[in-house]
Amino acid sequence: MTDIRAHLDALPGVDPRAPLLEVRDLHVEFRTRDGVARAVNGVDLRLNPGETLAVLGESGCGKSVTAQAIMGILDTPPGHVTRGEVRYRGVDLLRLPEADRRKVRANRIAMVFQDALSALNPVYTVGFQLAEQFRMHRGMSRKDAKQRAVELLDQVRIPDARRRVDDYPHQFSGGMRQRVMIAMALALDPEVLIADEPTTALDVTVQAQIMNLLAELQQQRGMGLMLITHDMGVVATVADRIAVMYAGKVVEEAPVHDIYARPAHAYTQALLESIPRLDLKGRPLNVIRGLPPALTDIPSGCAFHPRCTYAREICRLEPPPAYRIAPQRIASCHFVREVLGV
Amino acid sequence: MSDYNAVSTVEAPGKSRTLAGDAWLDLRSRKVFWIAAVLVVVILVMAFWPSLFTSVDPRDCLLARKHAGASGGALFGYDFQGCDVYAKTVYGARDSIVVSVSATLVAGLIGLVVGLLAGYFGGWLDALLSRFVDVMLAIPFLLGAIVLAKRLSADPQSNGIVAVIVTLGVLGWTTAARVMRSAVIEAKNQDYVTAARMLGASPARLMLRHILPNAFGPFIVVLTVLLGINIAGEATLSYLGVGLKGDAISWGLAIAEAGPYARTAAGPLVWPSVFLAATVLAFIMLGDAVRDAFDPKLR
Amino acid sequence: MSDVVLETRDLVKHFPISKGVVLKTQVGAVRAVDGVNLQLRRGETLGIVGESGCGKSTLAKLLVGLEKPTRGEIQVRGDDLTRLTGTALRRARRNIQMVMQDPYTSLNPRMTVGDIIGEPFDIHPDAVPGYGKARAVRDLLDIVGLNPDHINRYPHQFSGGQRQRIGIARALALRPEIIVCDEPVSALDVSIQGQVINLLESLQRELGLSYVFIAHDLSVVRHISDRVAVMYLGKIVETGNDVAIYDQPTHPYTQALLSAVPVPDPRLRGHRDQIMLEGDVPSPADPPSGCRFRTRCWKAQPHCADQEPRLELRQRSSHPSACHYAEPRITTRHY
Repeated sequence: MTDIRAHLDALPGVDPRAPLLEVRDLHVEFRTRDGVARAVNGVDLRLNPGETLAVLGESGCGKSVTAQAIMGILDTPPGHVTRGEVRYRGVDLLRLPEADRRKVRANRIAMVFQDALSALNPVYTVGFQLAEQFRMHRGMSRKDAKQRAVELLDQVRIPDARRRVDDYPHQFSGGMRQRVMIAMALALDPEVLIADEPTTALDVTVQAQIMNLLAELQQQRGMGLMLITHDMGVVATVADRIAVMYAGKVVEEAPVHDIYARPAHAYTQALLESIPRLDLKGRPLNVIRGLPPALTDIPSGCAFHPRCTYAREICRLEPPPAYRIAPQRIASCHFVREVLGV
Repeated sequence: MSDYNAVSTVEAPGKSRTLAGDAWLDLRSRKVFWIAAVLVVVILVMAFWPSLFTSVDPRDCLLARKHAGASGGALFGYDFQGCDVYAKTVYGARDSIVVSVSATLVAGLIGLVVGLLAGYFGGWLDALLSRFVDVMLAIPFLLGAIVLAKRLSADPQSNGIVAVIVTLGVLGWTTAARVMRSAVIEAKNQDYVTAARMLGASPARLMLRHILPNAFGPFIVVLTVLLGINIAGEATLSYLGVGLKGDAISWGLAIAEAGPYARTAAGPLVWPSVFLAATVLAFIMLGDAVRDAFDPKLR
Repeated sequence: MSDVVLETRDLVKHFPISKGVVLKTQVGAVRAVDGVNLQLRRGETLGIVGESGCGKSTLAKLLVGLEKPTRGEIQVRGDDLTRLTGTALRRARRNIQMVMQDPYTSLNPRMTVGDIIGEPFDIHPDAVPGYGKARAVRDLLDIVGLNPDHINRYPHQFSGGQRQRIGIARALALRPEIIVCDEPVSALDVSIQGQVINLLESLQRELGLSYVFIAHDLSVVRHISDRVAVMYLGKIVETGNDVAIYDQPTHPYTQALLSAVPVPDPRLRGHRDQIMLEGDVPSPADPPSGCRFRTRCWKAQPHCADQEPRLELRQRSSHPSACHYAEPRITTRHY
């Protein structure tokens, strides 16, 4: 274990002061029959140890593609990273030799998916799949690896782990399966965990269990957690910072309390207002008019302008710059002041 | 309530259109369709009016010309019996096409009915039909074909065409039925079928309006492949002496006859093979284009 | 009682579990819906909430006739659907339609929008209005906020929200009084959900519709519902108006369910006392004896295993609650 860490620490460009994970100016394109879909258009993200960053957005905003690009599991073709950097402790993974890149991703960055059933191989027991990681990356013996697998299942609180380690994925309920997924992701003690809609397919009571488990494990291990979701309730309960994405861009980034109290981007504001609230009972819900843009045909200027109530001529003509409105807050909106009400 | 922000272009309201009509509009603009269609038409014309392509009688053979090279009249040279290979190939189109297309249609029809009924109704009917398909698949093709073709063409006067069609059709529908069955099972569990069922649609309506159009894609692919298999199947049967006979001329027969001489004279083997391959390819391309045209998502 | 448009009495649906291929023998049954009584009044929305496997989707299928009940009655305007046959059944069924969950799979990809919305008229020719089917289809598109000139388009040319409008138009075609909405917005993005909810509400006002609204998103259900029923393992465990269920729930399961919902307000973090339920929902093929929630309930007593609590008014509950120890719980909760 230590030799792998030592090897990774000796990678060219490692900077102990650099953020744990940093995405800079990431661009991802998909070449489709209908033209080039610009799924990610210049995303900047930063994740520190022990921190939970929520990447919030609706379907097609590029949040999952960003995660795939970080993990290097983008379907290529049709997807291509056309520009940008994904830095782990200062090392740009996109420019690393393939073998080193694989080592970093296997050992330091892990991912949990929405659909645990299809992410686990149905023909092997969960114990075998867990143990395989230890045997492959840690050179453990069969027996030791199995023992570690049981310990891990126990850590993600699967009751009766010693017996269940020999069960197949389909023998677990949805919530238990997601726990197995988390155990798989945590097997090699990653520093970064990316969770892509980890509870979307689950019921609320199970969702609460899983989110608590994630938060707890993160604290124990001091991991950086990047939570990709569309659920503003989940974000409010676990995130430290939020990056709101729209049409392949981060339009606003802020600490969680600031964003819910006073959103600075017109889209964030509209999104928060569209949540059903008690005082709206019997009245129409607030809606965002129109539709999210097609990625092959993103509107000029600010991509949100056709649906925005603040929009004026400038929004159509010029992409808004990223305004830094507080030390930790960024918003890309021409009318930041109006949205904030100052 | 009136956000008509759907799609950019505005089209004339016009009257209600049909899937087939839209499919035709789509096909018209596809290059592949036109290439395939022209090829198929040429082959069909060749099959029915071979004299348009050659004035030579394919049965006018002279052993003296055995394996002679190409010359003025005979573009592709002569075969081992001294027949004009070009003329034989042109005249061979008819029986090859008639046999393979008819056999494919027969097999397709049986496969469609069996697959649709088994897939839609399920239960004991599905069990019965599926086991029957298994039994049919267990029959070795050659053995079954020889027995069947021999019985069917007992009449020494016949040229064996009907016998070969029936033989290939009866033995060849199983794959089509299996593919149809699984496509039907997939389609019938879709929400839109449930929605129609909820509205009170009859089984006939469910099958014809909702399930068949959505199950047709893989079926058409199987049929185009089957067409090629049938052309080869006819050749095999003819070679074994239970296929076309008498004065019949077909590509399969020609290939079978030329096989043993392939080293000394490749022409008589190559040319009918080229025509055969082009025909199969044309039908596969046509099938592909038609399948895509009937899928609105691909437009 | 005259304004009750839909009523179920002791509705039961058991799916047999059988063994063997040739000689099938029934070895048990999945009790998907196990004795459900509900009433729906004219112009009212009844929300049904519960987690996966609680039987809410089976209930929806029973109501619209996609499944045959094992037992019990479904009365629409006084006619018991389970006893009607032939033309009378077809006519009665027209009165109750459904909007399905997934707008991507519930529309036939090979039919134009005009054909999809016109299909109810093809199946029920006597329902075509005097001015003809073509006009009726265009009117329906207009009602749900789509451009009537788009009748020749195919479903994939529309976005998710627009497709759900097409599904709503299809459900409206036969002029039903009752519409069962089975998770109608859960496949849609938040910014689009509101558009569809608002459409459903305005249609209800204009056309006097009654909705059975099934969803797992509790805040959406609260917004749209007049009354709410909470289901657990095939039974309704608590029912009442929206204030009763959301603000004074008395059944432990409802309390746990509501406390698990993440609230979009970070200020409440750490200030809500969340009830963490242990384990998973038991299998509906083998539900616990007595109270079905007792295996996960923190209040359970030996008594709960012996006697099944009935859904009825109780001393400390303002509304029917199926718990022997029903009582409100003081919490801080914000919706």
